Amino acid sequence: MAWVEACGIDEIDREDVIRWDHEGRSFALYRSPDDEYFATDGLCTHERVHLANGLVMGDVIECPKHSGRFNYRTGKALAAPVCVNLKTYSTKAQDGKVFVDVG
Amino acid sequence: MERDQPGMMIVGAGECGARAALTLREQAYGGPVTLIGAERHHPYERPPLSKALEPGCDGLKLKTIASRESLARIGVTLLAPAEVVAIARAERRVRLADGASIAYDKLLLATGATPRPLPIAAGLDHCVTLRTFDDALTIRSRLSAGRRLAIIGGGFIGLELAAIASALGVEVTVLEVQARILQRGVPAEIAAILHKKHADHGVRILCGQAVASMTETAGGVAIRLADSGLVESDLVVVGIGARPNVELAEAAGLAIDNGIAVDERLRTSDPHIFAAGDCCSFPLALYGGRRVRLEAWRNALQQGALAALNMLGRDEAHSAVPWFWSDQYDLGLQVAGLVDETVEMVRRDTDDGGVLLFHLAADGRLIAASGIGPGASIGRDFKLAEMLIARRARPPREALQSPEVKLKQLLMSESTH
Repeated sequence: MAWVEACGIDEIDREDVIRWDHEGRSFALYRSPDDEYFATDGLCTHERVHLANGLVMGDVIECPKHSGRFNYRTGKALAAPVCVNLKTYSTKAQDGKVFVDVG
Repeated sequence: MERDQPGMMIVGAGECGARAALTLREQAYGGPVTLIGAERHHPYERPPLSKALEPGCDGLKLKTIASRESLARIGVTLLAPAEVVAIARAERRVRLADGASIAYDKLLLATGATPRPLPIAAGLDHCVTLRTFDDALTIRSRLSAGRRLAIIGGGFIGLELAAIASALGVEVTVLEVQARILQRGVPAEIAAILHKKHADHGVRILCGQAVASMTETAGGVAIRLADSGLVESDLVVVGIGARPNVELAEAAGLAIDNGIAVDERLRTSDPHIFAAGDCCSFPLALYGGRRVRLEAWRNALQQGALAALNMLGRDEAHSAVPWFWSDQYDLGLQVAGLVDETVEMVRRDTDDGGVLLFHLAADGRLIAASGIGPGASIGRDFKLAEMLIARRARPPREALQSPEVKLKQLLMSESTH
């Protein structure tokens, strides 16, 4: 366990995503329509594009470049061209902050 | 060689054909699937051929869609390289150049397109086109610092290649016969941003320049321009568009109309034969059923999958919004929808330094969006614009123009109308 404070809970809009860089790694942090927080690797598994520029719809993030889709809760690759799942990380919201277990 | 259990046959193993084969298996189709490709490689993605290498890559590598092994594992027979020479529709068989004859139940033509040749360049050794992985290998092997590259045609292939080559220290000249680059399909405002970017990187772009003659020199080509200017180069790449590969379909008597003519379910004039991707023209419901042919990666992918569903009898109509992108230097360009019925454009400048243009028709309907910005920064807005286009939305001009108004809000207010 390596919990790291990533951002304030209101820095991510509801049903949206932001980029968070930590120690040379890039993550995508999501706030679901139900105000739950999730974290995945920041780069698409297809062509290493930053997912934080993509659109969140419900539980799904769509890559801004080639329209690959993932479920950001599970990391599951949902639509071509992506076929490799996205790594996910545990999060917790505490004291108005979002923490990510960067492993 | 005779194979007599008819199944699904796909001619063309590019993005479109490969996606069709994969989709057939994802849909649990249990019969034979044969995928026939003209190239020696397994199915691969074409867009990277004209784009910069991914960070850390020391050379061009095949970006695999499906390897021979993975296709074999799911029971897809890949014949590549192989050439189909005829379709015998009455017998529902295709004949290959090696004499083999294969029966089909349903046939998908995903034959793609071929670069348009420049007649004046016929027979020149140092003049090539870019379509396949092998083409790209040839070109990249000849791009090194100090070399001179002339590109005929200021379209996407040519400009993407110009960006790669200039980064390698190649001296690049782009010759465009029209008054500006990207005349077809990209607004002047956005083309101008790209033009400047190229100029900043030392690429020389000459517009309004017709080629009068081309002659072989020692190890290169001399291009004489109509205005008598001279461009000397070590390599010429011609990028003046592509024509659909319709020869097989035409010889088989299928209807042709700027490509293999299909209906919105991608059926040709023969109910057992479908066509998809760059080779076909299809009616686009969103634009009044106008017949279009798209040469775009996502269209190939989506139509391949859709054709597979309809080969299985699903009866699903095409409904996607046309979309393409280009990467040049640190800029990403996207265009969604069809731009040619635009009567007005509304501009939005994004916080990241990007520019979005919303294209409105005479009745105020949003029919297209085009834009450019650093990296993939305009991606999210583009997805939303695409959804607005699909809904035939008429967003207020002020809202489109103001970066304060999120497109997601517009989409939500649209759905409550």
